[in-house]
Amino acid sequence: MTSYQQSDDQLTREENEFSSGGVKLGAVGWARWFWRQLTSMRTALILLLLLAVAAVPGSVYPQRSADPNGVRLQFDENPDQAAFLDSLQLFDVYTSVWFSAIYILLFVSLIGCVVPRTQVHYRAMRSQPVKTPVNLTRMSAHQQVANPGVGTEDARQVLRQLGYRANVEGNAVSAEKGFIRETGNLIFHYSLIGLLIAVGVGGGLSYSGQRVLVEGDSFVNNLASYDSFSPGTFFEPQGLEPFTLTLDNFDVIYDLRNQANIGNPIEFRAEVTTRTETEAVSQLLRVNHPLAVPGGNIYLTGNGFAPVITVRDGQGNISFSGPVPYLPQDGNMTSLGVIKAPDSFPEQIGFISFFYPTVDLLPSGAYTSIYPDPIDPLLTMNVYVGDLGLDSGIPRNVYALDVTNMTEVAGRNADTAGLELTVGEQVSIPGGYGTVSFDGLKRYISVDIAQNPGGTWILLFSLIALAGVTVSLMVPRRRVWVRFDNEKIEVAALARGDDPRLESVVSEVIEKLKGSK
Amino acid sequence: MNEIVLDEGLSQISLLTIYAAMALLALSFLISTFQLSRLATAPTEAEQSEGSVLVRVKTEVAGLEKAATAILVVATLVLGVGVILRGLAAQRVPWANMYEFAISSAWVILMIYLMSFFLKEVRFISALVSGFSLLTLGVATNAFYVEVSTVMPALQSFWLVIHVIVAVLATSFFYIGAALHITYLVKQAGWLKSAQRGTVATAKRMLDYFPTAETLDRFAYRFVIVGFVLWSFTLIAGAIWAERAWNRYWGWDTKEVWTFIIWVLYAGYLHAKATRGWSGKRAAWLGLIGFAAVVFNFTIVNLFFEGLHVYSGL
Repeated sequence: MTSYQQSDDQLTREENEFSSGGVKLGAVGWARWFWRQLTSMRTALILLLLLAVAAVPGSVYPQRSADPNGVRLQFDENPDQAAFLDSLQLFDVYTSVWFSAIYILLFVSLIGCVVPRTQVHYRAMRSQPVKTPVNLTRMSAHQQVANPGVGTEDARQVLRQLGYRANVEGNAVSAEKGFIRETGNLIFHYSLIGLLIAVGVGGGLSYSGQRVLVEGDSFVNNLASYDSFSPGTFFEPQGLEPFTLTLDNFDVIYDLRNQANIGNPIEFRAEVTTRTETEAVSQLLRVNHPLAVPGGNIYLTGNGFAPVITVRDGQGNISFSGPVPYLPQDGNMTSLGVIKAPDSFPEQIGFISFFYPTVDLLPSGAYTSIYPDPIDPLLTMNVYVGDLGLDSGIPRNVYALDVTNMTEVAGRNADTAGLELTVGEQVSIPGGYGTVSFDGLKRYISVDIAQNPGGTWILLFSLIALAGVTVSLMVPRRRVWVRFDNEKIEVAALARGDDPRLESVVSEVIEKLKGSK
Repeated sequence: MNEIVLDEGLSQISLLTIYAAMALLALSFLISTFQLSRLATAPTEAEQSEGSVLVRVKTEVAGLEKAATAILVVATLVLGVGVILRGLAAQRVPWANMYEFAISSAWVILMIYLMSFFLKEVRFISALVSGFSLLTLGVATNAFYVEVSTVMPALQSFWLVIHVIVAVLATSFFYIGAALHITYLVKQAGWLKSAQRGTVATAKRMLDYFPTAETLDRFAYRFVIVGFVLWSFTLIAGAIWAERAWNRYWGWDTKEVWTFIIWVLYAGYLHAKATRGWSGKRAAWLGLIGFAAVVFNFTIVNLFFEGLHVYSGL
């Protein structure tokens, strides 16, 4: 009654072929045998269960696509185990050879099953309703009543009005309905093929890029402007359409009204201006409300604080100046930032810094933030001098400082404790290496700019599949017979699969027959 | 956005109402189980010397069944009040965290069960329905309870209403399907059929009053197919929302993975129903495995797996 089901005739035919052809199989025979096995319902079932089992590890181990940091962590913490897991593609489950093998086989099996069924169904829809069985009492539902004075033609009319395809044969009328059940089932399976193609092609043409944008900053849409960019296989970077995006202002609205909820953000509002060659539009970018830009959508995915910091080196020259995006570490926005000032003399200077929007002192003597909005902001800094390692040509993470060739001059392991700055303050770096100042505070947002041209098709095929499967599960397939015998009429009905309304269908037909008189 | 004023006092009243519903559910559950035990001790027609004994027992059992159902109806109404008060206290739909999802699910399971009276005779699973709802509410109030709070910006979406309520509905249909599968499997168990003496034989006598195994199997299928269509819808609605909120419709987030696994398992169940040699007990087991995955998805995946669907509030 669900997918893959073939007509009873077809099943019998296949069984006959099995039993007669089982003696000697040539190469073609084996190929046919293999194909029949692959496209059988049992194989489809086994493949479905395998697919479910094969999907499980992807929720247990971090996946490169969803959680690249988790994968990195696995390699850092337990390199041998991680390498072993990686050799089994357990960090890329959904693109792995074994997962792909299962779903490709499943789809081959699906095609091999659905195509012949379409032919069978097409013939069935064009053929006449089946011959009236001799013994109608053996049908699932059966009633016999006195003939209210109607004939076969009346019965045919009544059944046609009820949506049946009806045919008079001698003293009986044979009727069928519910072909749409199998139609829906086939449409469902074809839509799944369409869905798979849309997912594959759409994924290949898609792109997504990430960018951090501090208040006042602008972003020009080209490959070099992105902090990270992941294109699909067929994506052409020249395809990025020209526009600029400026973050004019960013506000976080906190819940100040509800005691239990104080400090929970209830809205993130990014006021942005997008400029194309022809126009400039100022809009509000919010979570769940992406903005359409040429060639994609902009999504608000994160935010944080960007303290404005100026570093002057030992010779009094400005070696760094500007806002530094800090990474939030907790719900109260304690944030971690790294500053590198490679152009400082006599030594390069690096900072590992914490930002506390509303600072408080823990009993242990450590600082913490007790509220996410900057009410009493404080910056702390550990300062390192020496070689930042930027000249070796190895790409460095901007959010990490490699201190192997550096000396700590302020901080826990130095003679001087870590530096502390409030807004507007300037302090000296111990050892005459210069000064650092905390000039102001800005917020930043992180945005994703992405497009998947397959989206519309994926949605379309999903909805068709949903409609198809609903019809195929809910619409009953019925056969009804009416036989006229002397002064009596017999009405019988048979359904494919479970049909709780079968008895009432028979009664309904009888009522209508009486009414048609 | 409009300022939301939470009402923790109202939320406490909601909690008390839910405790009251739990007490009623417990009572209904006890009466249902007592009724089942009375069925087991009812004399069979061959055993009875006087016809009046059987009639008396049947009347008593019918009375117990009526009482259990009536109390269940009241429990459902009281629970409904509790769920609605919770929504009013939070000024939004009452299914934005694990606690709320659980209480809404318990309510919807009861409502679907009661409404299915109009279509099918399913009262024999009364104890499984009241028992499971009670268990769900017990876990919800003890382990998942959180004070009312405003939802984070990522959850402020029209899709929260659609995606989650359809998931609640699907879960509820799957549960009633699972309860029917359990009775089907118990009734089909070989060791039970061949039992002659002892408690097992008593249980067998109780089950003789249940519908035939074929009927149980058919009923279960009916509930599961509705659940499957709803689950397909919640998967699609989730993908649409994910595209709006996270810029991709599907990213194999842990919750997405398990939603997919559940869908595939139930698709397997539907195929099994049409495969010779699989349509009976094996299909029923698949249906139960599917529901086990639903429970796993709601509890273990929510609480212990890392992912984007972090909304338990715990």
